[in-house]
Amino acid sequence: MKDVYLAIVLAPLAGAIIAGLGGRFIGRSGAHWVTIIGVGISSVLSLFAWKHLMFDGGEVYNAEIYTWLKLGDLKFSVGFLVDQLSVTMMLVVSFVSWMIHIYTIGYMRDDPGYQRFFSYISLFTFAMLMLVMSNNFVQLFFGWEAVGLVSYLLIGFWFKRESAIFASLKAFIVNRIGDFGFLIGIAAVLMYFNSLDYMQVFSQAGTLENPTLSLIPGMEWSVLSFICICLFIGAMGKSAQVPLHVWLPDSMEGPTPISALIHAATMVTAGIFMVARMSPLYELSETALSLILLVGAVTAFFMGLLGLVQHDIKRIIAYSTLSQLGYMTVALGASAYSVAIFHLVTHAFFKALLFLAAGSVIIALHHEQDVRRMGGLYRYMPVTWFTALIGSLALVGFPLTSGFFSKDAIIEAVHYSQLPFAGLAYAAVLAGVFITALYTFRLFFLTFHGEERMDRHTWEQLGESPGVVTFPLFMLAIPSLVIGAYLVGPMVLGDYYKDAISVSAGHAAWFNEMVSHYSGAFDILVNSWKHAPVWLALAGIFVAWLCYIRYPHWPGRIADMSAVIYRLFVRKFYFDEVYQAVFAGGARNAGNALWQWGDVRAIDGFLVNGTARAVRRFSASIRTLQTGYLYHYAFAMIIGLLLLLAVFVHQLM
Amino acid sequence: MIELSEVLILAAMLFCISVAGIFINRKNVIILLMCIELMLLSVNLNFVAFSHFLGDIHGQVFVFFILTVAAAEAAIGLAILVVLFRNRNTINVVDLDTLKG
Amino acid sequence: MLEQSIFYIFAAFLIFSACMVISVRNPVHAALFLILSFFCSAAIWLILEAEFLAIALVLVYVGAVMVLFLFVVMMLDINISTLREGFSRFLPVGLLVAVLMLAAMGLIVGGGGILSDPETGATGAGQFEAAAGNTRLLGKALFTEYIYPFEVAGAILLVAIIAAIGLTMRKPRTQRTPKPGKQVSIKREERVKLVNMESE
Repeated sequence: MKDVYLAIVLAPLAGAIIAGLGGRFIGRSGAHWVTIIGVGISSVLSLFAWKHLMFDGGEVYNAEIYTWLKLGDLKFSVGFLVDQLSVTMMLVVSFVSWMIHIYTIGYMRDDPGYQRFFSYISLFTFAMLMLVMSNNFVQLFFGWEAVGLVSYLLIGFWFKRESAIFASLKAFIVNRIGDFGFLIGIAAVLMYFNSLDYMQVFSQAGTLENPTLSLIPGMEWSVLSFICICLFIGAMGKSAQVPLHVWLPDSMEGPTPISALIHAATMVTAGIFMVARMSPLYELSETALSLILLVGAVTAFFMGLLGLVQHDIKRIIAYSTLSQLGYMTVALGASAYSVAIFHLVTHAFFKALLFLAAGSVIIALHHEQDVRRMGGLYRYMPVTWFTALIGSLALVGFPLTSGFFSKDAIIEAVHYSQLPFAGLAYAAVLAGVFITALYTFRLFFLTFHGEERMDRHTWEQLGESPGVVTFPLFMLAIPSLVIGAYLVGPMVLGDYYKDAISVSAGHAAWFNEMVSHYSGAFDILVNSWKHAPVWLALAGIFVAWLCYIRYPHWPGRIADMSAVIYRLFVRKFYFDEVYQAVFAGGARNAGNALWQWGDVRAIDGFLVNGTARAVRRFSASIRTLQTGYLYHYAFAMIIGLLLLLAVFVHQLM
Repeated sequence: MIELSEVLILAAMLFCISVAGIFINRKNVIILLMCIELMLLSVNLNFVAFSHFLGDIHGQVFVFFILTVAAAEAAIGLAILVVLFRNRNTINVVDLDTLKG
Repeated sequence: MLEQSIFYIFAAFLIFSACMVISVRNPVHAALFLILSFFCSAAIWLILEAEFLAIALVLVYVGAVMVLFLFVVMMLDINISTLREGFSRFLPVGLLVAVLMLAAMGLIVGGGGILSDPETGATGAGQFEAAAGNTRLLGKALFTEYIYPFEVAGAILLVAIIAAIGLTMRKPRTQRTPKPGKQVSIKREERVKLVNMESE
């Protein structure tokens, strides 16, 4: 199987290198063929690996492939750990990536950077696969940084747009903050476990439950909590959790396929995956779990609220992504790692689908992204309309769709959690369901129904997108619809992950409750009407219908009535402003101060020019000693002689 | 028999007289040069005295070299003086202050 | 006793002539008194058994250097009155400095025991070989042990001669001499001038 796994990773890399370095020779079609075939190989082989592991009873693969470097006893190596968790991620990543490669042919048709784009997304696929398949922290960090780099390159893909440059830099810098915590976490792992291999670290995790460390004298922290929180800070950056979420909405400056692939389906879920992968560590630290729960709940609720007031179609979906990532984080905090990964999988499909549908709309409207200039598109773009409807229903958790099963499971898991903030988190995710439904169908109705608000020129050219665009839509719509029902049994109620995820007995209450209540997907579906989430979702859809179809003048009136809150939402809780003023401005002020005071005054003024000035003043005063008269020098010599004699006499006495 | 210290004190007196000469005749370069010759003479006297009282010929060798160098110095010094007078028409030290800071 | 009194007489003359050197108005007189003081010290050197150096002092200094001094003094038309300015003003200062220095030096060398070992009191005084003359001894030292410094001294004298001549020589520039530096660095444009003109 080693060769299969190597092929899964290396095929996209080969595609990326050929398309990137040889893009000029193989031409546009050559670039998309070579990368699509590369990712296709990965995708098919991932399916094969999944089948091998799940159905054919294959062994979990955990081995080193290559030793990168040795430092004394420490070994940095490249290795693969392919178990039930990573094979699921591999399948999702390579499949969604494959679909988006195909979609890109249509979306980027007229772009001058065609080959470059294909090279980047293939490179991204390689990096993401390295991340999920790694069996040690170094390779995880490599993949982590590599996806961050490609994300930076792709957000700034249209590098002639100033806003894109700003957004890419913002993403990069905010991620640096997270990565700083991540790196400290990895360093702490190395320090306390003396190993970077997952299995060795996990097997020793129990020994570190009690030791403490103190960074600030007088404050004792549990080592394990420290490690877990540091690692989670990395996850907060990558998975855009409050307060490091500010980069994700801006990342929509990149081309839409990127928003779908990197900033919705795969890369941003790396943090979720990482925490799930580290479940043996996190299970031992209730402090870290509580923090994760709280951060997730805040993100899920408040970022959903912001989606209500946005006008850019992609930004609405971006805030939705933030909110959904918050849901996954909440599930992690409630120790429901399997549920988090389940939601990750379903979300990857339906969010990619939504983004691609939005992209299809954007193509049709000639790169118009403002929902206020859309409307009534269902008549002209039936395929896009239909697939977008499936995606929206999945997102709000309409029964039978995949989102329904995963989101319901999260809410149930939080409901049974016994952590300090569990009650708060439960309220947040419940309210989040209503908000999700509201903004999702606000978007859907504004785009596809109601009055046609686009300008006449655009309206005349409206039409369905080409086959390379609609084919991936269909390919993603199918899993969005059915995969939840298929996977909920084994993943949530069954033993899908085996040893890949570990949940301690004290935290498994939600699992026991779920298993005792439901026997399978059908059971959950039938009982759904007894629970609040479904009704909240339906209520949300209804309110959206009221506000945007039946009485279109309501939203404006509501906004006028609650001007303060509306302003707060539009300004995104002033996160950007505060960061700009405090961190960016503070850094600039500090730099200014160092420049003005440190460099100009202290170094240039005092040390450099000051030395010269002091020398000049001193010499200006002593040059008058040089009279030029011979006898003055003679006198000086004679006086010196007298002094010397005095010394001799003094010694003699 | 004369004592060593008698000769040394004689040399010291000669030296001090020439120092006083430098102070008194501070404007006349020729007298200054003569005072320097006197100083060298007093130093030579010391060398000769030590050579005599130690029975060591090396002191006299040094006097020999000092005489050589002093002769050269006097020759060049006077040559400079002649050129100086030719150019500036004075040997007054007060007028020779081009090197002042 | 005779030796001592001869030494004191010459010493007194030496001091007297030195004082006159620094105090007379006329530089010519000062030079003549300097010659007298050289003679006196040559006599003292004879007493101190430095016969060769005494003769050399008379020959070299009185015969050459002092004649040079006299030449220069007489050659230059010196306004003595301006050069004597401040003579009486600086007399006390000069005397004070001289007395101070003399006191200090006297304290150092006047103790009498300058050559003696502080512990044993032995003077360490030696005697020249009776048989060998002063000139022979000095010559031996100069031409064996000090042969290189001796040669260097000769070179210094040569340099002094050339320098003195070079400084004082004043010759009108009537000769044309080649200047190799300028010849090498000449450019074509400075030598050749191309002129366009109508042919007739």
